[in-house]
Amino acid sequence: MSEGTGIGASVKRREDVRFLTGSGTYTDDLNQPGQTYGVFLRSPHARARIGAIDASEALALDGVLAVYTGQDSAADGLGDLPCGWLVKSKDGSDMVSAPRPPLAVTQVNYVGEPYGLVVGETLAAAQQGAELVMTDFTELNPVVDPASAADSETIHEGLDSNVVYDWGLGDEEATDAALAGAAHVTQLDLSNNRLIPNAIEPRAAIGVYEAASGDYTLYATTQNPHLERLVLAAFVQVAPEHKLRVVAPDVGGGFGSKIFIYPEETIVLWAAGKLGRPIKWTAHRYESFLADAHGRDHITHAQLGLDRDGRFVALKVSTTANIGAYLSTFGSSVPTFLYGTLLAGQYKTPNIYVETLGVYTNTCPVDAYRGAGRPEATFVVERMVETAARELGRDPAELRRLNMIQPEDFPYETPVALVYDTGDYEASLDKALELADYGGFEARRRESAAAGKRRGVGFACYIEACGIAPSQLAISLGAGVGLYESGEIRINPTGSVSVFTGAHSHGQGHETTFAQVVSDKLGIPFDDIEIVHGDSGRMEFGLGTYGSRSLAVGGSALIVAADKIIAKGKKIAAHMMETTDDNVDFEDGTFSSGNQQATIQEVAFASYVPADYPEDLEPGLSEKAFYDPKNFTYPAGTHIAEVEVDEETGEVDLVSFVAVDDFGEIINPMIVDGQVHGGLAQGAGQALMEHGRYDDYGQLQTGSYMDYCMPRADDLPDFVVDTTVTACTHNPLGVKGCGEAGAIGSPAAIINAISDALDGHNIAMPATSEQVWRALGGK
Amino acid sequence: MDQSGEYRIPAERADVWRALNDPDTLKRCIDGCQSMERRPDGGFAAVVKARVGPVRAVFNAALDLADINPPESYTINVAVKGGPAGFARGSAAVTLAAQGEETMLRYAASANIGGKLAQIGSRLIDGAARKMADDFFKAFHAEMSGRTPNPAPRPQDDGRAAVPINIQVNT
Repeated sequence: MSEGTGIGASVKRREDVRFLTGSGTYTDDLNQPGQTYGVFLRSPHARARIGAIDASEALALDGVLAVYTGQDSAADGLGDLPCGWLVKSKDGSDMVSAPRPPLAVTQVNYVGEPYGLVVGETLAAAQQGAELVMTDFTELNPVVDPASAADSETIHEGLDSNVVYDWGLGDEEATDAALAGAAHVTQLDLSNNRLIPNAIEPRAAIGVYEAASGDYTLYATTQNPHLERLVLAAFVQVAPEHKLRVVAPDVGGGFGSKIFIYPEETIVLWAAGKLGRPIKWTAHRYESFLADAHGRDHITHAQLGLDRDGRFVALKVSTTANIGAYLSTFGSSVPTFLYGTLLAGQYKTPNIYVETLGVYTNTCPVDAYRGAGRPEATFVVERMVETAARELGRDPAELRRLNMIQPEDFPYETPVALVYDTGDYEASLDKALELADYGGFEARRRESAAAGKRRGVGFACYIEACGIAPSQLAISLGAGVGLYESGEIRINPTGSVSVFTGAHSHGQGHETTFAQVVSDKLGIPFDDIEIVHGDSGRMEFGLGTYGSRSLAVGGSALIVAADKIIAKGKKIAAHMMETTDDNVDFEDGTFSSGNQQATIQEVAFASYVPADYPEDLEPGLSEKAFYDPKNFTYPAGTHIAEVEVDEETGEVDLVSFVAVDDFGEIINPMIVDGQVHGGLAQGAGQALMEHGRYDDYGQLQTGSYMDYCMPRADDLPDFVVDTTVTACTHNPLGVKGCGEAGAIGSPAAIINAISDALDGHNIAMPATSEQVWRALGGK
Repeated sequence: MDQSGEYRIPAERADVWRALNDPDTLKRCIDGCQSMERRPDGGFAAVVKARVGPVRAVFNAALDLADINPPESYTINVAVKGGPAGFARGSAAVTLAAQGEETMLRYAASANIGGKLAQIGSRLIDGAARKMADDFFKAFHAEMSGRTPNPAPRPQDDGRAAVPINIQVNT
């Protein structure tokens, strides 16, 4: 561990002081003068026509101020919530978007869909009012099962079917031919269970409208305040962009679920304008279960062809993706471009074809959740590879090694549209094998067997595309916005530094990591640097945080801004030293030329008090930069899980887990370890416990912690995490991103381990004790 | 959710039938019943304050009677609306068998629930439904014995007559 506070030092997270002492400022902690409270009316039905809404009793109640319905917002011209990524079907046609008004107007399409807002002087009044609103629903047949959704009654009036798109990527003909000629073909039916995000802080919003200025302010739990502002201004048209400020204060976890532009935040802001008073809404946990965008939910059939030597010759993957009732903000891209493009994994499979049928169902919209498409891709690839090894009697580690892309192959162009810039996959594999004592596994298996337990080991050699995303590539693939990031470094006259980033921290530790980067780059003490984020009123623009992008893209923007600071500083220093700027060096916070020196603080002061100053230079030392990545980054690694299965009860004990990841250069190893730990816990949750389930009528059966099981510390082993390093070749920090890897690799590794313990049984997620017990023949 | 049960009622079948069709008796026997009215079409409209686990609400229930075969059997179709608390919908086939001066009441019910009831209460709804049925028949038993319902059994009360003889719950 490197000492100090620069790059490579495990600096304790400065934000944790306020988080751990209860002094963070979350949206619900904020209050506005004259504030009122909103409670949403939510559909109890999976699919129903909305008839008369009788709010008379509610409005007669003391303290109820207003009841707004979808009719009101539609009449006011409020636009639909858009999907930000246009995916095209194989035949070139655009995806089919069902209009999604922020409040349902004529028909509700999932349980929990908001169709009205009751506003009260107090929360109690609003809640009581909501209970008194009588709504006539005419129930319609719901479509719940994605497997049959394409052939079921059409959910949305005016659409031809429930198919959103029928997307494909790769060369189908060549893949089929290679499969036909393969010496061995492994086939599996796989499902990727629906997950419900469960950030510790529920979503919340406060809408504020000031009549005198016409300004709107939205305080909200968002991972990307500028994107929220952009969509609310351009598409929903609540207010023009220059009259709308979006503030995301401390946000307690997102995992993707707070990226999206939701109905509730939109309506709270709009209604505040109608009412002329601020409105606060904080989701009850039951609302989070119902109405935070869910994750995953795939059904897949896959075939992997191998030649006589065990080399992969072809992978064909056919997936049905449950989109939910509407296309959420990025719901279209997750099961297509964030999924199909990762199916090469770490291997030189020459022929790959993937097709995804996206379908509407009467369930909560599905969108990005930690990993977003990449855990699903890893699960397919690594389940296939592990199964092929078993079928062929090959060691699963060695079969992987045989097929891995080698360091000399980079840059490596996959058959599914990506170019990996760098990596050393065997290095991670070897380190993981050593840390997991793979050689000692058979002895441990015998020990477990002697104790009446079945032991299994499972691998996942994952890859992910992070640092989202090169704008031109993303836009050419259908993205509606660029995916660069902005940063600004202001050196104040006294030498302290205010850094503004368009990335948003909701648990990632940016206030620490980004300060380390700037401190290291400019040689300014860590404690003199403040990181400001999450306010469209304070920073120019930003695309926010998701897709493990903050450091690779947002951090790189700060490096570009710092380079501009140094370049300008050199000009000022050159003037001070009576030389030219090409004769000035900058190192460790000091400009020097020959034996003359000036600290960056002295140069900054000179820039703000330009008594003796270059004529052609503007005063001040503040620089902005936008950084657009040239490629994705490709973190990769090997995860190895070991489990013990109790034959009597089917209970799975995750006894050890080794994760060796290549995240490129690392700024703060402790924060990286923490990110990996959290991701692994979420992946273990998906593999072993979590499952968002609807019944045949579209009622959410897992709508509370009684029925939706989350992992706890005592469910998890002491994770062994380590890293290998190949620096990213195309960003100035050489970083790749670490936020999602844990959740990407671990489900496949854990399920492979359980499958190993069950003699190759294709166990589905979540592998609950009941599922495992049944697989063992229990009845 | 499916549920069935048997109760021995200490009254003749014709009296039991009459009582089961009397809104005032029903109102007295249903815990939390705020009103019970006979509709012109023969059904009932009820307002009941009830609680299922953490879900507490005033429910509006519409009860429609079908397959009426006095004094032996009928089917009750129920639609319950609880606003934000959710809804329930179901039916119960009820038969009355004369056993001397007593009557054996059997019912088989099935129901679907939705909204918050399903989301939060699904694990609790079976127990809650069974308790509501038990409470109803305990009170109904007391009513038919000519006593006011009293939850604390007196010494001479065997305390078991109102207890279900057989209840099965299948989800």
